[in-house]
Amino acid sequence: MEKLHDLQEIFQARIDADEKIEPKDWMPDAYRKTLIRQIAQHAHSEIVGMLPEGNWISRAPSLRRKVALLAKVQDEAGHGLYLYSAAETLGVDRETLIDELHTGKAKYSSIFNYPTLSWADIGAIGWLVDGAAIMNQVMLTRTSYGPYARAMVRICKEESFHQRQGYEILLTLCRGSEAQKAMAQDALNRWWWPSLMMFGPSDKDSQHTEQSMRWRIKRKTNDEIRQQFVDATVPQAEFLGITIPDPDLQWNESRGHYDFGPINWDEFWQVVNGNGPCNRERIRARVKAHEEGAWVREAALAYAEKRKARNAAATKVA
Amino acid sequence: MKKDWPLWEVFIRSKNGLSHKHVGSLHAADAEMAIENARDVYTRRNEGISIWVVESSNITASSPNQTEALFDPANDKVYRHPTFYDLPDEVKHI
Ligand SMILES: [Fe+2]
Ligand SMILES: [Fe+2]
Repeated sequence: MEKLHDLQEIFQARIDADEKIEPKDWMPDAYRKTLIRQIAQHAHSEIVGMLPEGNWISRAPSLRRKVALLAKVQDEAGHGLYLYSAAETLGVDRETLIDELHTGKAKYSSIFNYPTLSWADIGAIGWLVDGAAIMNQVMLTRTSYGPYARAMVRICKEESFHQRQGYEILLTLCRGSEAQKAMAQDALNRWWWPSLMMFGPSDKDSQHTEQSMRWRIKRKTNDEIRQQFVDATVPQAEFLGITIPDPDLQWNESRGHYDFGPINWDEFWQVVNGNGPCNRERIRARVKAHEEGAWVREAALAYAEKRKARNAAATKVA
Repeated sequence: MKKDWPLWEVFIRSKNGLSHKHVGSLHAADAEMAIENARDVYTRRNEGISIWVVESSNITASSPNQTEALFDPANDKVYRHPTFYDLPDEVKHI
């Protein structure tokens, strides 16, 4: 008992000294569990996040837009893979992680349960959803767990093109016809609030924040990053000439920040708990892809066996 | 059949003159496919000109519990560093 207490104290001292924790280091079970949950949830979000955008690849309005969107969605697949491999350093295996996504045991970002109804949504996702993800991920480049922090550095380098391509789509629409501008406005109307919800429950209702801050898994609270996002995004919307759908939104001179209206947390919890517009569709698509890909995984193993046998035979002859 | 592809550690040389550096891991059925997957996962933006893959189970790592025992012997050997030696300032290029 005494010994466990010592280990915990040494661990916390290392965290407080801003040392990184690496896979084989001793860590409290709860730290490991929290990380596995958070990294897996992050990985699942990257993977499920490909679906709403994938919906528009074949209907992108030009070849330029199409190659960009294709590259972006491919990056998200890469992000998912970096993160799964970071989670695996904590002793969980890939198959378990995937199972937990498919059975609904693991969560992913609720934003991906909203539908992409028009091309302008692809612009709004890049600008707002990737923009929000970047705020969170930049913070996480300084997270205390080494493999997670390194995955974040790699991801952040790739993200900025995602946000820029989204903003450029909206900029083009906003400089186009009235109908195009209306499309951009409609997309902002639908994506604004769900984007603010991406940062998670407000600090007073967030059960994990305090411990995660102490372990320096998180370096800022949900409300802090949400505010940072609003402050960065409002001028960008003004530049586009479209209106953020919040009558309470206004600059607060004394705080040095934008004030914004209350978030509909009922909607947030509805979507988190499986009742968003696309929850079932998203999981169905993932399970289908996994099942229909089973033969590829098996064929690759069979081919690897065959190649090994052939190489062995060849060395014997030589 | 339920069998995961094995895990591989990936090392990339970003350009000639630099060593290969660990970048992460991935699953693949064998070494050749691991290299092909590593190309797609870790070098989408010309991050490398050469890839090594090693099956993770083949890596032997020192244990963090032995850090002291392993590295202590080097700790007190200050005479291995140039600053240990006292030379007058007038002596140049040394
Ligand atoms: Fe991403
Ligand atoms: Fe992204």
